[in-house]
Amino acid sequence: MTLASSHTSELPPGKDIKGKLSRDDLMMRGGMIIIALYLVITLAFPLFSMLSKSFSTYRFELSQYEFQVSDEAGVFDGSVLTGAALNAQTEAYADSDLSTGADGRLGVTAFFPEFSFRSPVMYQIRNVAENGRFLVGSTLYDDTAWQTLDSNTFRRVQLRPTKSTGVDNFISYFSTPALFNSIKNSLWIAVLSTVVTVSLAFWFAYALNRSCMRFKGFFRLIAMAPILVPSLLPGIALVYLFGNQGMIKELLFGASIYGPIGIVIGSVFFTFPHAFIIISAALAISDARLYEAATSLRATPWRTFWTVTVPGVRYGLISAAFVVFNLVITDFGLPKVIGGQFNVLAVDIYKQVIGQQNFEMGAVVSVVLVVPAILAFAIDRMVQSKQVALLSARSVPYQPTPNAAADRGFLIYCSLVALFILGMLAVCQFAALVKFWPYDLSLSLNNYQFDKMDGGGWASYFNSIKLALLTAICGTSVVFFGAYLVEKSNGFGAGRAVFQMFAMLPMAIPGMVLGLAYIFFFNNPDNPLNAIYGTMTILVICTVTHFYTVSHLTAMTSLKQMDREFESVSASLKQPTLKLFARVTVPVSLPTVLDISIYLFVNAMTTVSAVVFLYSPKTTLASIAVLNMDDAGDIAPAAAMGMMIFYTNAAARIIHLIASRGILRRTQAWRTR
Amino acid sequence: MTAEQTSGEFYLSIKDLWKAFGTFLALRDISLDIKEGEFICFLGPSGCGKTTLLRAIAGLDLQTRGSITQDGKDVSNLPPSERDFGIVFQSYALFPNLTIEKNIAFGLENAGRSKAEIATRVKDLLKLVGLPDQGKKYPAQLSGGQQQRIALARAIATKPGLLLLDEPLSALDAKVRVHLRHEIKELQRKLGVTTVMVTHDQEEALAMADRIVVMNHGVIEQVGSPTEVYREPSNLFVADFIGEMNQIDSAVANGGRLAIGEDSFACHAHDFSDGAAVVAAIRPEDIIPHEVGYQPESAEQNCIEVLLHEMEFLGSFWRCRLQNDRFGGAELIADFSINAVRRLGLAEGKPMIIELPADRLMAFDRSGES
Repeated sequence: MTLASSHTSELPPGKDIKGKLSRDDLMMRGGMIIIALYLVITLAFPLFSMLSKSFSTYRFELSQYEFQVSDEAGVFDGSVLTGAALNAQTEAYADSDLSTGADGRLGVTAFFPEFSFRSPVMYQIRNVAENGRFLVGSTLYDDTAWQTLDSNTFRRVQLRPTKSTGVDNFISYFSTPALFNSIKNSLWIAVLSTVVTVSLAFWFAYALNRSCMRFKGFFRLIAMAPILVPSLLPGIALVYLFGNQGMIKELLFGASIYGPIGIVIGSVFFTFPHAFIIISAALAISDARLYEAATSLRATPWRTFWTVTVPGVRYGLISAAFVVFNLVITDFGLPKVIGGQFNVLAVDIYKQVIGQQNFEMGAVVSVVLVVPAILAFAIDRMVQSKQVALLSARSVPYQPTPNAAADRGFLIYCSLVALFILGMLAVCQFAALVKFWPYDLSLSLNNYQFDKMDGGGWASYFNSIKLALLTAICGTSVVFFGAYLVEKSNGFGAGRAVFQMFAMLPMAIPGMVLGLAYIFFFNNPDNPLNAIYGTMTILVICTVTHFYTVSHLTAMTSLKQMDREFESVSASLKQPTLKLFARVTVPVSLPTVLDISIYLFVNAMTTVSAVVFLYSPKTTLASIAVLNMDDAGDIAPAAAMGMMIFYTNAAARIIHLIASRGILRRTQAWRTR
Repeated sequence: MTAEQTSGEFYLSIKDLWKAFGTFLALRDISLDIKEGEFICFLGPSGCGKTTLLRAIAGLDLQTRGSITQDGKDVSNLPPSERDFGIVFQSYALFPNLTIEKNIAFGLENAGRSKAEIATRVKDLLKLVGLPDQGKKYPAQLSGGQQQRIALARAIATKPGLLLLDEPLSALDAKVRVHLRHEIKELQRKLGVTTVMVTHDQEEALAMADRIVVMNHGVIEQVGSPTEVYREPSNLFVADFIGEMNQIDSAVANGGRLAIGEDSFACHAHDFSDGAAVVAAIRPEDIIPHEVGYQPESAEQNCIEVLLHEMEFLGSFWRCRLQNDRFGGAELIADFSINAVRRLGLAEGKPMIIELPADRLMAFDRSGES
């Protein structure tokens, strides 16, 4: 009875068995490729266009042109001068004048000091090389033939720049203090806001999770309110509170709210819920057994706090910090409204593109902004993956014990935070209803007559609702189906990994950058997708892509919790996977599907940054209207519109809640025994 | 099992199967033939490759090398949907939002059956698994054992030629498990469906299987009927994994006898050469007790005197620890019936005589230890 050890232990040579793909496998791979292509077209290509734009420089190459001048009789003596030589003689243009944008044009009469459009002198001009370009009026010449022009026509000659690739734009960016100062400003603002927000949110979350304070439900609700408004709204509230005619501007002791102070206060307001959610989740999972151990070892509460509580939530704190940092540094609306002369990166992009039409420089600033955003995002992802590992199945949830003094302290603290949040909203609502602050305080609805203001009127409000609904419906379908395909398809590992990467990318790309990238990509007349530029479609696509990552992660989390063998069972029963998806996966995931759609709806209502570059007169949006009305000085209507967004989102949340409960009761009867 | 048999006689033939996960070989050169209507158990410790083999048969995780033939058709690279099997998982994988009826009917749809036909079939299946009135409930409203029966009903609804059971009972508590394994076996016999079950529970395998495939480290250690693998284990791993086994270091003395300590014993036939170091093995229940003063009829009876060191009452029998100085300190474990203990007046601290029946004393290669 020897051991049957005749088995070899080397894989025999030969090819690995390749499985025949079923129709479902093909369908799922096809679906995955289509959604990945969607992400490539709506994310990777635009970003690539932007990147290449930031490295495109345009320069008038004067040596590429030759000129001849006749005498008064119109006779040319045959002497030929290049543009470069002429410029050297006359010093008409400094070197920096020759760098320009894609649309740059340069007149040539400055090369001839004695030029007069009435003189009988004739001029000749030609390109030295093929494909050189100059305009006469609106006619483009790109061959090397001499053009003979009279004086009056010659003054309409304009040289066109040649494109080359290089880092010149970055050099000029970093040699312009007005521009690169913004980096310092942005970082400083983001760090300061992060410290303040995370500290405030930590104690708020601590009070809600670790004390026996009253009214926890109420405070939780209030903490989430800022998510429902655009980030510009706190800016408007701050203008009313501390602006030149502010209600309580004395509190600033002469400092101006327009600048870093305003940006930081506003940022704390709009990032508070994000920090609160993350820290609260971290505090909620802490293990009571550690506290029991600390008590039994007679540790002081102070020591327990530093050795148990803080280490337990450290990943939550780090994650919250990077999320807040990212939100602040990429935010555009708030500094636009309250930043005054204090320049930050996101506003610089807007100013370069909308104000100066310098798209290349806008692209450069975008690239600069993407760097800290991607770093913050990457660190946050790393930290979050560690947070999960802290959870163990045997953890015992911590139950706070009443402590009258501490509970009262927490109640006061939370009330102050709630007052801050509600106060900002109340000020906006008050401003919206007052006839003419601060001179006529009678109430009226005048500020709601949006059709009389710039910004698109009521139409923009309805456009926003349309955008939000379309984004919620299309976005949820695409995201959930995409997540399903990635999570549940067989094999195809490389394809799935690439898809995951694309799905994570949007989170790292600031809205301003995405919007600008869309201009470069979709506004190119050579792009077959050019037709969607300026339509509602591009707004929907942009918004879905912008908010893809969080939705995708939510869907993935939910799908991972589903039994992995459903697909196997369905295949063994010879049923198409799509039937399983429709009959089981979607119904079981309905709560998640609804969560994703409300997330997309609310964000589509409040987003400014990405769409500010993409709306057209027909597709103005409520959030953009707030921006534009504020810009035009109609601050009260801006506040009114901002509050309309708030109420709409609040209503959507309530409808979502009721719908979820209703649907849950009807379709999820199986959840209850 | 001879390699020359043609696959035509068998319902399922697995030939030279390998499965690699990177550099790790989960299955190594597996060949196995299964007859129609047979109930086969893959038995082995966790990580032995039994589930990997089942998933390869199902097409859920394709093998790296080798072929699988089912009902005369090469299914080696077919996706699960193009093979003919029903499957039950440890997690049941019942669709939580569908009623029991709809769960069972899931595989019956889209195959040209009328609604009435499906309803009748579902009703029959519910009756077959003994849950005729539970059709309108949701899975979460049933107990674990009931859910497992529904999963079984769903798997056999389409009358597959092959039923695959992946640790179907391990999530249940002991009583339900014993009850359900009997029912599954009954059902399988009634339907005559070829069945492959994966389990790490040897009792389950012994009770249910027609043939057991014992696996370890990705290879098949032994294939045989429950009594074969129990009574004639082909190596020390099988001997040790299934049931209990006393193991004593020993050497082959002249004449093939096993030398243990200062004694030598007659033993079961083996093919070790003289002087080889082996492990002598005997099951606790194979040791026969005698009272002090018992005179063996011959030396072949392997009788020795021992000290009854410790007795442990395990309900239906006594587990006894026996010592003999001449064994080099090794302790033997023997299970004696309550009857025998009473009849022979056995008690802790007393000497006694035991007999190691020669045909139950086996010799194994030491390397088979797991």
